[in-house]
Amino acid sequence: MDTSDELLQQASPGFARGSGQTRQKAARLSPSFISWLQAGPMMLVFLAFFLIPLVFVVIVSFWDYNEYQLLPAFSGRGYTDTFEGCIAQLPQLCTIGKTYLKTLKLCFMVWAITLFIGFWVAYFLAFHIKSKTWQMGLSLLCTIPFWTSNVIRMIAWIPLLGRNGLVNSGLLKVGVIDQPVEWLLYSEFSVVLALVHLFTFFMVVPIFNSMVRIDKSLIEAAYDAGATGFQTLVNVIIPLAKPGIVIGSIFVITIVMGDFITIGVMGGQQIAAAGKIIETRLNALQFPAAAANAVILLAITFLIITMMSRIVDIRKEL
Amino acid sequence: MTETTRKTGVSRRTLLKGTAGLAGLAAGSGAITGFPYVMSAEPKVLRYLGTAVNEGDDISKQCLKDTGIKIEYVTATTDDVTKRVMTQPNSFDVLDTEYFSLKKLVPSGNILALDAKKIKEFDNITPVFTKGETPGGKKIGNQGTAPWKVLYLEGRDSKTFAKSATEFVTLIPTVYNADTLGIRPDLIKRPINSWAELLNPEFKGKASILNIPSIGIMDAAMVVEATGKYKYADKGNMTKEEIDLTMKVMTEAKKAGQFRAFWKDFNESVNLMASGETVIQSMWSPAVTKVRSMGIACTFQPLKEGYRSWASGFCVSKGVSGAKLDWAYEFVNWFLSGYAGAYLNRQGYYSAVLSTAKAHMEPYEWAYWMEGKPAEKDIKAPDGSLLEKAGAVRDGGSYEDRMGGVACWNAVMDENDYMVRKWNEFIAA
Repeated sequence: MDTSDELLQQASPGFARGSGQTRQKAARLSPSFISWLQAGPMMLVFLAFFLIPLVFVVIVSFWDYNEYQLLPAFSGRGYTDTFEGCIAQLPQLCTIGKTYLKTLKLCFMVWAITLFIGFWVAYFLAFHIKSKTWQMGLSLLCTIPFWTSNVIRMIAWIPLLGRNGLVNSGLLKVGVIDQPVEWLLYSEFSVVLALVHLFTFFMVVPIFNSMVRIDKSLIEAAYDAGATGFQTLVNVIIPLAKPGIVIGSIFVITIVMGDFITIGVMGGQQIAAAGKIIETRLNALQFPAAAANAVILLAITFLIITMMSRIVDIRKEL
Repeated sequence: MTETTRKTGVSRRTLLKGTAGLAGLAAGSGAITGFPYVMSAEPKVLRYLGTAVNEGDDISKQCLKDTGIKIEYVTATTDDVTKRVMTQPNSFDVLDTEYFSLKKLVPSGNILALDAKKIKEFDNITPVFTKGETPGGKKIGNQGTAPWKVLYLEGRDSKTFAKSATEFVTLIPTVYNADTLGIRPDLIKRPINSWAELLNPEFKGKASILNIPSIGIMDAAMVVEATGKYKYADKGNMTKEEIDLTMKVMTEAKKAGQFRAFWKDFNESVNLMASGETVIQSMWSPAVTKVRSMGIACTFQPLKEGYRSWASGFCVSKGVSGAKLDWAYEFVNWFLSGYAGAYLNRQGYYSAVLSTAKAHMEPYEWAYWMEGKPAEKDIKAPDGSLLEKAGAVRDGGSYEDRMGGVACWNAVMDENDYMVRKWNEFIAA
């Protein structure tokens, strides 16, 4: 709204110089119409490539299915099949429950670690590097790993962590261990390691972005008022960097919740994730069941993000 | 991750328009000026959907040379091929798929049965497909979706399989093999002769199985039977109780840490074996060859309970007709005429028409690959690289011994839906 008003103001001298006809036309274009016009293209893209497909997913999740086709009749089978036998087992968690819990657990671990690393990398870039050129240079340096594909960066860990890999043979040679360490690869450890490696950057950028915008005089004021470094961090920097933290967290959480390739490859296909369930269902041509799982996953992710945006009103902070 | 799709820049519609236009031009110009070469400029293109098994640059180049048909490969995993047939039947012309998928594909109505009368070599196709026995007369196990159970349709548009031979063939067979476990003899250091070894605690944390439910459960069933725990009426069509039992055995082994990892594609299985992460696992014959060509000992181990077999073949998309359908027949006839068969035989697979393949192979090659005899000369892969030195004998011996030793075929069960859910639980356990 603000921008469109500004634009109108900028445009009006031009209109004033123009013919009377143009002025009349310009007057008829109300500000709200111009706002719609400006938001329109993005809205259409959003509608066509996100909302409509999403509506289809929800609709299909309530269809019935057989071995080779979708049956467009209302059915909750996608959902009931997903949770089959869960109530009967109750004190114990059923597989699907365990799978979602495992996904959440991995997600939380990756989130916590990427946040910790990302925060300090951003802090270093924003406050310890004084020259703008060096800041730019070093943050570009952070992007270098992204010049290779995700899959390659992930697979590169395998020869490093394997039973006869570099780490194990190094440790064996030094004499720290006398048997290769098995849990380095195809374990939760390797999954979290690879995910952290892949996604820390998504934390660094938004946090760095918030931090460079912090007015340095605020930090000086805190220093002058006798705050310790820790007090400045907790009372000034973290609150002001919150929008960056939340945006970075949203990136990481949404990606990890939906990931199944990294978890599959690094977990030796032995660790189930919510995304994996969807993939298996699709491969078995059980599209409604896959859609039902996608809806459940989306709901959980949406819930987490809603909770996070409760803590910080991103729109206000930006 | 495993899917690579090669797309053509020309859509089907523009291609058809272009073809029609060219044909018109050819007719017109032919009548007036008589330039015959315009006809031959007509592009003969077939979009070929399949897994990478049959797809080789050498095959498509030779095909272009012999027939003028340009093959455009669309490569996908087995699951994705089926998905594509269901959801985008117009995105391919020729389909290369496995017999066990037919139980899903035929009822979908998206594939066109081929006419046996138009297939020149149809009567020469090995009796493995038509009668369920080897050329030497050995009976082959019929558990699972054996090809002869789903080879014929009752009519052109029928969705039911015919009990006896008709002229409508669901898939014209091309390639098949007998699968077993791959082992690392240098790391195991003792003879292995039973499927039961896959769950032997001796190999704790060093075993693997493939994570394709319909195939993985067959391997699991071979193991369960080998341990003597249970005997299935049909491993390829289990009851719910049998599925539960099989998955229980596997889950217990998994919880005890038996498996190092599961694999889903060719390269994963090669990497697991070559790096020594696993020493015994379900494997495919060319993957074993690949490991061996890296200089690492690897055996495609024959086991006393027999082999689990698979077979694939060609059919055509329902949308294909007219000239394109003729090219499809021309292509299938070319494929069975020997070059491709010999090529596949040299990779360790088997070709559907043995006589034509034999004519395209050197006698010493035929003796090594098909008769189980020691190699007279060095055995080379189709790309010319050395596979085996002179004197080597093929794992599992002759064609008769291997195909005659087949215990069951890859299958889609009646309880497939339930099985997939149970398999998921096993992976998540």
